[in-house]
Amino acid sequence: MKKILVLLLLAVVGFYLAGTFFDIGFGNSHFVKNDAIKPVKDIYLQQTVQELKVSNAVTSIVVNFRGFDTLGEVTVLFLSVTALGSILYKKRHHVGERSVLFSASSIVTSGSKLLFPAIVLLGAYVFIHGHLSPGGGFQGGVIIATGFLLMLLAYENYSVSHNGLSIVESLAGITFVGVGLLGFMNGGTFLQNFLPTGELNNLFSGGIIPIIYIAVGFKVAAELTGVIYTVLNEKGEQNG
Amino acid sequence: MDSAYFQYLNYAIYGTAVLVMLTGLYAALVKKSLLKIVIGLSIVDSGLNLLIVTLGYLKGGTAPIFSSGYNGTQTMVDPIPQALVLTAIVIGFGVTAVALSLVIRLWRHHHTLYIDEIKNLKW
Repeated sequence: MKKILVLLLLAVVGFYLAGTFFDIGFGNSHFVKNDAIKPVKDIYLQQTVQELKVSNAVTSIVVNFRGFDTLGEVTVLFLSVTALGSILYKKRHHVGERSVLFSASSIVTSGSKLLFPAIVLLGAYVFIHGHLSPGGGFQGGVIIATGFLLMLLAYENYSVSHNGLSIVESLAGITFVGVGLLGFMNGGTFLQNFLPTGELNNLFSGGIIPIIYIAVGFKVAAELTGVIYTVLNEKGEQNG
Repeated sequence: MDSAYFQYLNYAIYGTAVLVMLTGLYAALVKKSLLKIVIGLSIVDSGLNLLIVTLGYLKGGTAPIFSSGYNGTQTMVDPIPQALVLTAIVIGFGVTAVALSLVIRLWRHHHTLYIDEIKNLKW
């Protein structure tokens, strides 16, 4: 009975949702109503090339035009990691025991030792070149965290220092806010660019955008590693 | 490219995105296991992200990156939905992580993941 009701509800929701989007159409420039008003997209793309000298338009929107939004996003991520730690809080003598079903074979352990530096290097490449190529701080941070996940899965007693993680995370967050506040000191607004923008398609271009994205990369890597470590050290059998 | 091709893509892509969203909603509404409910919520996230990114596509558009291979005349797809989806993915990760930690906490107290077996939870 409940399933039929739910299916009926979903059919109604799906019909109207799909109908709306079928009317909009795929691939049409539906944001333009008349020629006198330029769409936001064109202005963003124009300013990305001419003023900011950043190749990747998505990066320039995330870090520059919507930089304040990204600061909020990073705060949400920090908040969720903190909530995870406080919800899964345990008494001190239980910390450190990992629930391991079976230990990893020697192929996995030696292979992950070989792959770990390469994965971290790839992650660093992705967030350092965030303003030139697809990718950025969030993506690079996630790649680095997968490297730590591999090490944590391969070695039962591999441990990450919680203090080190929180120091990296705090320093990265302070860098983000500090770079934003430096915009005030140079007579502008929060997160305004104050560095020379350089040339298009160079590594040293885009003003403050690479600095902020490197900080975001470190922050996301530290936070995600913290999440993985907290959840892997969770042991299900005890009564908390 | 002809318009009949795009008409076909219209139904296929928007239909897929809406279908993914509805699948996730069905799992969240019907399933009894808390893990499956959380998985359903994250499937809704994926469908919504697909929908928003698809909305920003323009006919014949290329990726919004001014690399050295860009010839300067081709139209670019709308980068704003992509930036918004980047935010949405991160927020979705945070929501899923907190939801899973709450599930772990419930497991510690009740030793079951099925919501109809948890006694003091009625609806």
